[in-house]
Amino acid sequence: MTSILSQHEREEIDYWLARYPEDQRQSALLGALRAVMHHDKYISGEKVAAVAEYLDIPKIAVYEVASFYSMFELDKKSAARHSISVCTNVSCMLRGSDDVIAYIENKIGVKEGETTSDGKFYFKREEECLAACVGAPMMQVDHVYYENLDNEKIDKILDGLE
Amino acid sequence: MSETITIEVNGKTLSAQAGEMLIAVTDANEIDIPRFCYHKKLSIAANCRMCLVEVEKAPKALPACATPVMDGMKVWTRSPSALAAQQATMEFLLINHPLDCPICDQGGECELQDVSVAYGSDKSQYVEAKRIVFDKNIGPLISTDLTRCIQCTRCVRFGAEIAGMRELGMIGRGDRESIATFAGQCVTSELSGNVVDVCPVGALTMKPSRYKARAWEVIQHAAIAAHDSVGSNVYHHTFTQQVMRTVPSENDAVNECWISDRDRFSYEGLYSDERLTQPMLKKRGEWHVVTWDEALETTAKILNEANKDQTGVLASANATLEELYLLQKSMRAIGIDHIDHRVRQTDFSGQNAAPLAPSLGVSLEDLEKQDAVLLIGSNIRYEQPMANHRLRKASLQNAKIMTLNPYHIEFNYDTTEQSVSSVAEMLSNLAAIAKAAGVELTHFSNIEVDEQTQNIATYLKEADQALLLLGNLATQHPAYADLCALAQLIAEKTGATLGYLPEAANTAGAWLAGVVPHRQAAAQAVQTMGKSAQEILTDSTKTFVLLGLEAEFDTDNPQKSIQALAQADNVIAINSYVNPRLKEYATVLLPASQTVETSGTFVNMEGRLQSFKGVSKLLGDARPTWKILRVLGNLLDVDGFDYMSSEDVRNELKVKLEQTNAYQAEASPEAKPMDIASSPVSEHSFHRIGTVQMYSGDSLLRRAIALQQAAGDERRRVTLHPDDIARLDLGDEQTVSVAQGDSSVRMSLVADSAIPIHSALLPSATQKSVELGSAFGMIQITKG
Ligand code: SF4
Ligand code: FES
Ligand code: FES
Repeated sequence: MTSILSQHEREEIDYWLARYPEDQRQSALLGALRAVMHHDKYISGEKVAAVAEYLDIPKIAVYEVASFYSMFELDKKSAARHSISVCTNVSCMLRGSDDVIAYIENKIGVKEGETTSDGKFYFKREEECLAACVGAPMMQVDHVYYENLDNEKIDKILDGLE
Repeated sequence: MSETITIEVNGKTLSAQAGEMLIAVTDANEIDIPRFCYHKKLSIAANCRMCLVEVEKAPKALPACATPVMDGMKVWTRSPSALAAQQATMEFLLINHPLDCPICDQGGECELQDVSVAYGSDKSQYVEAKRIVFDKNIGPLISTDLTRCIQCTRCVRFGAEIAGMRELGMIGRGDRESIATFAGQCVTSELSGNVVDVCPVGALTMKPSRYKARAWEVIQHAAIAAHDSVGSNVYHHTFTQQVMRTVPSENDAVNECWISDRDRFSYEGLYSDERLTQPMLKKRGEWHVVTWDEALETTAKILNEANKDQTGVLASANATLEELYLLQKSMRAIGIDHIDHRVRQTDFSGQNAAPLAPSLGVSLEDLEKQDAVLLIGSNIRYEQPMANHRLRKASLQNAKIMTLNPYHIEFNYDTTEQSVSSVAEMLSNLAAIAKAAGVELTHFSNIEVDEQTQNIATYLKEADQALLLLGNLATQHPAYADLCALAQLIAEKTGATLGYLPEAANTAGAWLAGVVPHRQAAAQAVQTMGKSAQEILTDSTKTFVLLGLEAEFDTDNPQKSIQALAQADNVIAINSYVNPRLKEYATVLLPASQTVETSGTFVNMEGRLQSFKGVSKLLGDARPTWKILRVLGNLLDVDGFDYMSSEDVRNELKVKLEQTNAYQAEASPEAKPMDIASSPVSEHSFHRIGTVQMYSGDSLLRRAIALQQAAGDERRRVTLHPDDIARLDLGDEQTVSVAQGDSSVRMSLVADSAIPIHSALLPSATQKSVELGSAFGMIQITKG
């Protein structure tokens, strides 16, 4: 059976599978979805099905997990090269996250929840505290946290990306 | 065994098993604790918190469904702190509930309504907007109103734990959680309708009965499901004397609290336009509506005047025990010996060795205690879904479920071995299993035992409780007698029990009632040996009596059957339906009842006699079938036809059966290899696998609209192994031409490696198969 999973995705899943007992293949699910996310920048229905088949678990079980975590994107529109999430929870809000959002929206020319037309940025709508309140206001770009933001810093971070 | 302990609930001392959940103990003692997520047949989720109760020494209220009892535990279910916890939970659950009970199908029989009246408050502090969840289309059987969902996950657990296929899931998180299928697929489980029953609110309801009647308007009648030989206990709900819906009636010995979708939604077929509602006679090629008197007198006259040796009687095994008994009694009394119900069977050579009636050999409950089961020619999952549910439970307890079939079957559990071969090779494979088990075979001398057949034999031998089951496909197999003989030898050698999975709701009843040519009711000897169904369906029969059969769908070889019926002088059809083909070959049409419209009895696969009453109004001038047969018996001047009720009929047969308790069948004839060509005659020849699809098995099902939608296109296709498709260069073809006997049809082509090479899955009882020949004969497949 040929799978649409890439070589890298399969290696990544195998790496996680090796860490759990034979009959607990579901345990590798988060690792698998992370690999797909890394590869495609979003998780398509086809990849959900492919992961399910690879792990031999029901498709809906994969879909449940993929739709549960906000770090997984299920919509192709959000598959930009970089994903920006600005925390808007209490500490960050008190420290000016609204301004951060307004600045970024203005800078990249799209609103929260949208992707720039060149496919460079997806501006994710973030709902919850990212647990870096000490450095509020903060944002996460791809896997990296940036704290104590001001406009200059934002310019530097975003301009520095390919 | 766990130890018995005592606990105290509301000041009452109760005994319990250590480790049992508190709610199970209170349920057993009829102490009410409200609940939503707990269901006795499902795993514990403890996510709704409705079952909170006060427990001594616990600082906060505890969920009764997830609190194991301990010796000396003291519990209060109605104390102020318990009540406060319950009321608060109820208030939370209602925050996002739409309270649209006036337009909700569940209204009036809703757990949420009941519990909120009993345990809730009439006020809510919540004034903000409620969430809305978009409904999803999950198929023709189940409606969704997901805003009503309270996230109890019973439906999800049902899929994972009972249906054995996880189709519904809870996607999203927090207030965006929603029940969904993957990628908007339809649910396909053969047990899917049960999620409607487990759903405590109106989030999942039955689509066919949606908005048809309110719960308090319907009348509930206990009945027995009429399709497979499990004999599931059901309730029909009627409104204005019509069946509105069907739900399970709990019986742990038979169907527990579940039923198959087939049993749940088949009632829709009752109200088909093709119901026969008036007696009709064909006079000079024209149909005329006549009175019952005229119709029955004509019938009696035809039968009296007919050459009895050229008269054949065929009955559906979905008819009741009473109907079948009366039919054979009246016909035999006037000298007709050719009586049969085995209309799909082709090999009758072992009929004298058949038991009194086909039976499972163990009880349904014991089915789940087996350690090894070999299914011979059976797709039990779709043929007897509730029996398969028991096997699934056995399999989860590590039982070895093995199969011998002409194609690979997707089960909803793990099978240990699936021996897949052509229809012809099934026999030699069974012989190999016999040889591996140590049976001495005179024929099959050069049979090879391979690893798989060896394993099957070993597992059967090693198991404490082993069972061999002959299924629908075995019964229809061209070498049925040999399969039976081999199965018996294997059973003897391995210490396994030999059982049968009877095809229809009352197959066992048909045997007991004597609707077979070689035995009278209760297996009393016949004076003259009659002809089998296959011999009856030939040109030598000039007068036919058909009870509840549509020969074009219900017999093994539609081509031959239609031809035989067409050449006959008279065909008397006692049926509740009529179709254009039936009208062509029939000469007398007597409108009969469907099961739900008459009282009667079915005998299930365990030999359990289950009687029921008629629950819905007969349509037009139709009459209960047993009454038609009673009047006919009188008109034919047969003695002993003055029954007052169907119970009288049943009791007469019961007395006979009691005298036959220790029936000893003849020994099986010796099994021989099949003489049909085991290799195809040309490169275009295929062994047809003509199984009957789950929703095609009888007249009622074939007209149940929602089930027909759920069945999809599978029945209209011919399925081949991808290698065969490549070999014949059919890769680009959408449709192919399938020829059998003297006609051919075009069908869409599907590839599936579950089918062996040189075999073709081409279901029977479809609009296409009507044109074709024997279900397990050879077919020719060509481009076109
Ligand atoms: S749909 Fe019904 S059974 Fe399923 S989670 Fe919602 S309330 Fe529970
Ligand atoms: S509130 Fe922004 S990181 Fe915690
Ligand atoms: S019934 Fe106990 S938590 Fe739901």
